[in-house]
Amino acid sequence: MFGLDKKDTSLLLIVAALVALAPIILNPFPEGSALAQFNAGYPDLMQRFVIFGIFAIGFNILFGLTGYLSFGHAAFLGAGSYAGMWMMKLLTINVIPAIIFSTIIAGVISLAIGWISLRRSGIYFSILTLAFAQMAFALAASVLTPITGGETGLQTNLNDPRVLPSFLGGGASADGNIPKPSLFGIEMSASFELPVGSWVWTFNWGYYICAVMMLLAFYLAIRVFRSPFGLMLKAVKSNQQRMNYTGLNTRPYMLACFVISGMYAGLAGGLMAAMDPQVGAERMQWTASGEVVLMTILGGVGTLIGPVLGAGLIKYFENIFSKINDNLLHQWFSFLPDGLENFMVTIIHPFIGKGWHLTLGLMFMGIVIFLPGGLVEGGQRIKAMFKGKKAEKATKTTPAE
Amino acid sequence: MSKSTLSRRGVLKSGAVAGAGLAVPTIFTGSSVSAFTNDPTGSSVTLGFNVPQTGPYADEGADELRAYELAVEHLNGGGDGGMMNTFSSKALEGAGILGKKVEFVTGDTQTKPDAARASARSMIEKDGAVMITGGSSSGVAVAVQALCQEAGIIFMAGLTHSNDTTGKDKKANGFRHFFNSYMSGAALAPILADRYGKDRKAYHLTADYNWGYTTEEAVRTSTEAMGWETVAAVKTPLAQTDFSSYVAPVLNSGADVLVLNHYGGNMVNSLTSAVQFGLRAAEANGKNFEIVVPLYSRLMARGAGKNVAGIFGSTNWHWSLENVGGAKYAGTNAFVQSFGQKYGFPPSQAAHTVYCQTLLYADAVQRAGSFNPCAVAEALEGYEFDGLGNGPTLYRAEDHQCFKDVLVVKGKENPENEFDLLEIVDVTPVEQVSYDASIFGGELGSCNPGA
Amino acid sequence: MDQIILQILNGLDKGSAYALIALGLTLIFGTLGVVNFAHGALFMLGAFCTVTLSRILTLSHEVIDESRKDFLGNPLKVDVPYIYDWFGESTGAAIIDWAVPLSILFAIPVMIGIGVLMERGLVKHFYNRPHADQILVTFGLAIVLQEIIKYYFGANQIPAPAPEAFVGSFDFGAAVGFDAGAIIYPYWRIVYFCFAMVLIGAVFAFLQFTTFGMVVRAGMADRETVGLLGINIDRRFTIMFGIAAAVAGLAGVMYTPINSPNYHMGMDFLVISFVVVVVGGMGSLPGAVLAGFVLGILESFASMRQVIELLPGINQVVIYLAAIVILLTRPRGLLGRKGVMED
Repeated sequence: MFGLDKKDTSLLLIVAALVALAPIILNPFPEGSALAQFNAGYPDLMQRFVIFGIFAIGFNILFGLTGYLSFGHAAFLGAGSYAGMWMMKLLTINVIPAIIFSTIIAGVISLAIGWISLRRSGIYFSILTLAFAQMAFALAASVLTPITGGETGLQTNLNDPRVLPSFLGGGASADGNIPKPSLFGIEMSASFELPVGSWVWTFNWGYYICAVMMLLAFYLAIRVFRSPFGLMLKAVKSNQQRMNYTGLNTRPYMLACFVISGMYAGLAGGLMAAMDPQVGAERMQWTASGEVVLMTILGGVGTLIGPVLGAGLIKYFENIFSKINDNLLHQWFSFLPDGLENFMVTIIHPFIGKGWHLTLGLMFMGIVIFLPGGLVEGGQRIKAMFKGKKAEKATKTTPAE
Repeated sequence: MSKSTLSRRGVLKSGAVAGAGLAVPTIFTGSSVSAFTNDPTGSSVTLGFNVPQTGPYADEGADELRAYELAVEHLNGGGDGGMMNTFSSKALEGAGILGKKVEFVTGDTQTKPDAARASARSMIEKDGAVMITGGSSSGVAVAVQALCQEAGIIFMAGLTHSNDTTGKDKKANGFRHFFNSYMSGAALAPILADRYGKDRKAYHLTADYNWGYTTEEAVRTSTEAMGWETVAAVKTPLAQTDFSSYVAPVLNSGADVLVLNHYGGNMVNSLTSAVQFGLRAAEANGKNFEIVVPLYSRLMARGAGKNVAGIFGSTNWHWSLENVGGAKYAGTNAFVQSFGQKYGFPPSQAAHTVYCQTLLYADAVQRAGSFNPCAVAEALEGYEFDGLGNGPTLYRAEDHQCFKDVLVVKGKENPENEFDLLEIVDVTPVEQVSYDASIFGGELGSCNPGA
Repeated sequence: MDQIILQILNGLDKGSAYALIALGLTLIFGTLGVVNFAHGALFMLGAFCTVTLSRILTLSHEVIDESRKDFLGNPLKVDVPYIYDWFGESTGAAIIDWAVPLSILFAIPVMIGIGVLMERGLVKHFYNRPHADQILVTFGLAIVLQEIIKYYFGANQIPAPAPEAFVGSFDFGAAVGFDAGAIIYPYWRIVYFCFAMVLIGAVFAFLQFTTFGMVVRAGMADRETVGLLGINIDRRFTIMFGIAAAVAGLAGVMYTPINSPNYHMGMDFLVISFVVVVVGGMGSLPGAVLAGFVLGILESFASMRQVIELLPGINQVVIYLAAIVILLTRPRGLLGRKGVMED
């Protein structure tokens, strides 16, 4: 189906199903229960999961296929966001021009940066991309303030021009409020709540738009991985010198790959601006570039689904663990006797709330030490364990027949 | 501590129990279920405390969080009541807000607008918070304020000093108790002119981002009005850690005052450099060389250690204010007492401003008789109050900025402990720091109740 | 002219900080081939050796002073360091005053210990793993180390002043015939520069003139062959790791009076130190030192008022701009070797 082989089709379908049902899957705990804190099925976080999923998929096309480690991908994310934001300020609050334009701008910028950076390989390439991104960040935060809004960032305003006619989302809203990003009148923040028993599932428009984009991005990534082009990139990874000796110029392939990857980042940036109309310069900082590197490695470099999982895990920790506070801990352990309750709270205290970084750091170390291939390898091991058991069972039962 | 938190959704759920099996869909936005976002219909109300818990301002965030917890305790009738006893409005009775028990959720802004908005959105979307407050930088405050405007809930700004928060980027749903760059400049200038003379040449080092720009401009304009001359203003990168190359040329530039428009770690490092270069002891143009830090905080003073001794700056509030300034600033001692009893050290200005903001919000709800953001905003606009430690204060309707006296402080020469680092030099009365609401541009827009 | 000399001095000082950090990093990264994202954390740990030592020196007992009141109106508790009781107040105060230089003695064993522990316990298992895994594990370690420091010392900066004797500036200008005050330079920064020179010299001498250093250099060039010769190169690499950690730590110790340390300072230096190492050229110790000074001096020049007025924002980007130009004109940085981390 869709020009994919059976295995890839089933992977795509599984991902599609998971993404479609995410509002249900991510809310496993009933509302009001002590564990509801761990529910992640609210619009903002779900949007972040898929947007950072797109970012990581794009990054993995470059890093996973060619082995070129870019440390400046946040620049494309930020550029995409700024571009999308300006579209929503100048043209229309409708998100479509924003998304398209952000992808194009990121493509153009990545073409320029890639053209220069790809003259070098290995660590020298990494540092070149890092240098470009850091320059973009520093300038966006300071001298480019008229364009980027500087440290306070760029936002939609009441008096933005929005020149397109109002049925296309132009103009200001009637009630004196800043119009919200929308798709032909459907606001990105509009949700539909479905209470079932003790659960409440929130189906958010913005999330589903992001989800559709992510599935498209995922599908395209599979096609790239399986194409002759992808094969060429893998050859670059295994031995670029040999490729050059055979008379093949790998540069155009590399550059195309870099630009595709940059456009993915731009798309993610545009979606971020469309879901939440605010862009700050820190979106371009090296820590943001580092984050996508970590996401990809955490999930599994060069695997299709790994980067998405990695992105999800990091965002989950950032948003869920940072919100747990001592009060909640006391609630959770209130069934214990007082002394024990306090003891448990004291033990867990350093790892939650302001200590969520510590948990994240320990998780990084744990995963890379015990699962060298990232989360995907973890999944494979579990699968193998089940298969192994099944196989054992099969061999055990066969003799009886 | 009660075990279950009745969130907006919890309530929604119980309301929909009848159709639970059938799963009757409720379109939440734009529906008639409630007139505004996160209407608390249960027996409790949830506030969102969004402060930096990681990153360089984590300690400031921790101090804010302490004050928030204290405020919640007082609102729910616990503790000694703190400033609720001295507050001029007596609407609050220690029985929660409108009879609903106050609960709270906390989040980490990381001092990054993106993370701050993510955290605030999760409070709104997941926890059903009806008000968001906090923050420790103007970038974060402006970002979260815009989000709250969009989502239709009230934002009570924490520590944010840029003119933009209630100037160019002001929003109908956002309110600020803290003072701003303009007020710092206006408060400092007359006192600087008085102490250091009117014939001074200033050299500005300015952090290269919005807050730095507004602060430099404020201090420049108001000191130049006093007769000072500005020799040069140099922008320093935000991520700079070693300021030596910026400080070194100062002494030979003809200037005799150095103004450090830096905050937090930037200020600690630039001041340390300046002192190391011997500027404190130097003489220029036949006068003692002086250093000025427009915005002081205790954490900065702590980070810079004895380098702050004798250096002038401004603050929003200081725990010794009532002892120095007299009964006009009633509330200060009550707050210091209850904070000090609970945590063992005096509160910082960040703690004070967020405590006030929480109380002011609760009081406004109580007076309005509704959690509806538009009703709350109306109750806060043009509201005059007293007894929250700053003397008589006005929440101006035009830009949602509080107007009150501004403190000019200097670093203590011989601090007795790590919290006793600043001393009050003078208090500039509110008339001298007021300005026309229109000078910074921006539009308030109309209040948004969401839904 | 005086301005330019002043900024060269500044650049040498900034450069010596960059060079010291990059030197330690390049020992690990450029030679052992481990992408060590925890190097900034080692620098930070060094700085906190100073903080820890000064905390130890000021360990106090409380004396209640009835004549004074604290902020709540209770009798004031005054902390009196034990060291005052033991050595008398003036000697005690002098010892506390000299906490930063004393920390050098304290930091060397501690940092070597941390380095060896880190190599044996963690990094050793990652020599043959992909660089991606090394990034993840060392980044994770860096976060954990930071958070531990934050947990015990808080997030705020902690002042660690230089001894009284080094307060103030030396007037170079007057010494060489310019106006008084035209070229001044703080004593402590002069100390820092000299210290950096001595330390860099010591590391080079160690690698150049000792048998141990010779074996390590051989191991860097071709680890396998050295192993085949029956030399236990692993043990030597462990020691090198310890030395690198100590170099980073000492850079941190001496840096504390310049910038009050906080738990985050390592991350602030991490990116710049990678840039310095790579611009210097992978696998080259002199390259790292040279690049440190070049970038330091360039940064100083870019911060001159006259330069900023000409090119707004240049002070924000000069290091990265220089890195790009250097890497494009010299493919392996200033003094890089062929084939190190190029694929």
